[in-house]
Amino acid sequence: MEKRLTGYLCVSLLALLALVVLVACGGADDGDAGGDSGEPELASELHLYNWSEYIDPEVLTMFEDEFGVHVIEDTFANNEELLAKLQAGASGYDVIVPSDYMVTTMITSGLLAELNHDNLPNLVNLDPLFADPPYDPGMVYCVPYLWGTTGIGYNADALDQVPDSWAYLFDPELAAPYAGQITMLNDEREAFAAALKYLGYSVNSTVEEELMQARDLLIQQKAWIYAYDAEQYEDLLSADETLLAHGWSGDVFMVAEEDERIWYVIPQEGAVIWADNLCIPRSAPSQYTAEVFINFLLRPDVAAMNSNFTWYASPNAEATELIDAEILAEPAIYPPPEVMEQLEWLEDVGEAAPLYSRFWTEVRAAGP
Amino acid sequence: MKPRSRRDTWRLLVLIAPSLFWLLIFFLVPLVMVLVISFGQRGTYGGIVWDFTLSNYARFFDPLYLRIFGRTAGIALATTVICLVGGYPMAYFIATRPPRWRNTLLLLLMIPFWTNFLIRTYAWLLILRDQGLVNMVWTGAVHNLFLHLATAYPAATLFSSLAGLTSVPLELFGTNGAIIVGLVYAWLPDMVLPCYAAIERLDFSLVEAAQDLYANRVKSFLRVVLPLTMPGLVAGSVLVFIPALGAYVTPDLLGGAKSIMIGNVIYSQFMSARDYPFGSAISFVLMAIMLIATLIYFRLGSD
Repeated sequence: MEKRLTGYLCVSLLALLALVVLVACGGADDGDAGGDSGEPELASELHLYNWSEYIDPEVLTMFEDEFGVHVIEDTFANNEELLAKLQAGASGYDVIVPSDYMVTTMITSGLLAELNHDNLPNLVNLDPLFADPPYDPGMVYCVPYLWGTTGIGYNADALDQVPDSWAYLFDPELAAPYAGQITMLNDEREAFAAALKYLGYSVNSTVEEELMQARDLLIQQKAWIYAYDAEQYEDLLSADETLLAHGWSGDVFMVAEEDERIWYVIPQEGAVIWADNLCIPRSAPSQYTAEVFINFLLRPDVAAMNSNFTWYASPNAEATELIDAEILAEPAIYPPPEVMEQLEWLEDVGEAAPLYSRFWTEVRAAGP
Repeated sequence: MKPRSRRDTWRLLVLIAPSLFWLLIFFLVPLVMVLVISFGQRGTYGGIVWDFTLSNYARFFDPLYLRIFGRTAGIALATTVICLVGGYPMAYFIATRPPRWRNTLLLLLMIPFWTNFLIRTYAWLLILRDQGLVNMVWTGAVHNLFLHLATAYPAATLFSSLAGLTSVPLELFGTNGAIIVGLVYAWLPDMVLPCYAAIERLDFSLVEAAQDLYANRVKSFLRVVLPLTMPGLVAGSVLVFIPALGAYVTPDLLGGAKSIMIGNVIYSQFMSARDYPFGSAISFVLMAIMLIATLIYFRLGSD
């Protein structure tokens, strides 16, 4: 009896093993079929790894209707999470949406596939300003998707004046009246960028002395900070918990749409300009399908739909006339040229990265 | 004793194979990976450079990280003590009810934990923040009460100063206190359950015997009940202390990310700093400290 039981066990284990091998082989066969044929074919599914609420759902439906490709969207909360997922091995994603400085990191780490521009005829629609991004000259690996700035979100009802300077977050006299009602982004590069801009330095400074000054400023500021938060600061603003919030333009506008007291301003000292980009991981199941999708997103009508949905500016010049007048007229979304000149991209700081990390830990460890 | 036949050994092997496999895949392999990575170095863009170094371990003993560790240990200890003081009587109460009530009471204890941890922590956020539940009562009902009292009894300056005090919200969110509240709430059942198991097994005739020997209630508790239920108490404390020491979501949410714990340092090494070797080294030091603490604690408990 017992012997028979062991026998059963062995047989079922073997059966299971056989099943696993079969499934694995089956998967491999599917993969080969796409790669071998000379004429590229569309896969039946496309896996998009995106920020949350960062694409008009209608766009995905349109793509499915037109190309018969089912889009499966998955979301991440920050660039670091996206990188960690990719570095952990094959992710199965066809299209990812990293921010500018993260594109640099991903290129250097060899995680991105080179784009085949033959499959991207709609690239001509891009504004020349974004067609040659500093983090990826010639758009070898990425295509700009949406762009915005990092500035100050505020409650216009509770403030006497527009907080159009970083001094409202850092100057003891200007910020103290709002003690306990200010949030800073819980993001080491962004927090340091704000402090560095206020001090008149570059947001990509690698000078230890400048970074130390920025650190001391952030530690001094901590006394009147409500929280370091990058996830719900815009909701805290709307819930009257806070009055001033260091934040990303689109996040604040998303809340401003519902709550008219909330608005956003780019500080006069200048700010961080950023763009999120469409990229294809080297491990993508179907690069061709991914390129067709990216080309679709570059269509003027589609690009305009995404801008109207997210309230972020589009790098797509041809889309401009299809974007809501309300969005186009807003200087905090489409800034005038003199403000544009003050904006700076975050770049990978390479060797200085551990310094940022250490100083940020010191800021967060300060106090009781 | 009968010598084991080969068949017995074979059968034993089959039986423990799943747990061995489990330990190997989900414990030993990751552990070795973390250990190996902790001796590497961070590449300029965040990869791992395989140059053997002990510098990651040396970095942990920087005053900055020691201070963070000290604060973390303090918060974890406070959490454990509060769980102990609150959880032990709770366990005692449940264990001394009639058997048919015990399961119901235990179920009531567990029900809140069917909800996702993050949602429960967010709920505390809504309770503790400036416009939250506690402060709504504090600056609302309590404030109004003192205002009324102050107008009714103008002579008593106490009321007017209390009215002034209650006009501003209490600073609850973003403090170490808020973190401890969140941690106690999260880990209380881990204290109650082992204590309950120990107290339930207690032979209460021993307590009666102590009282027959003229021990008063306090003495019989201290000399009989407490020593006999010590194993449960020790197990509960370890079960609370260890996760509290590694917490990182609670300090970010309830502490407003202003108070950094060692778990947040590890998290940021893996996420934003992309310094896997240093993150691994801190994890390993933390594991070593927990292991030593647990061994000492169990040694104390068994005496």
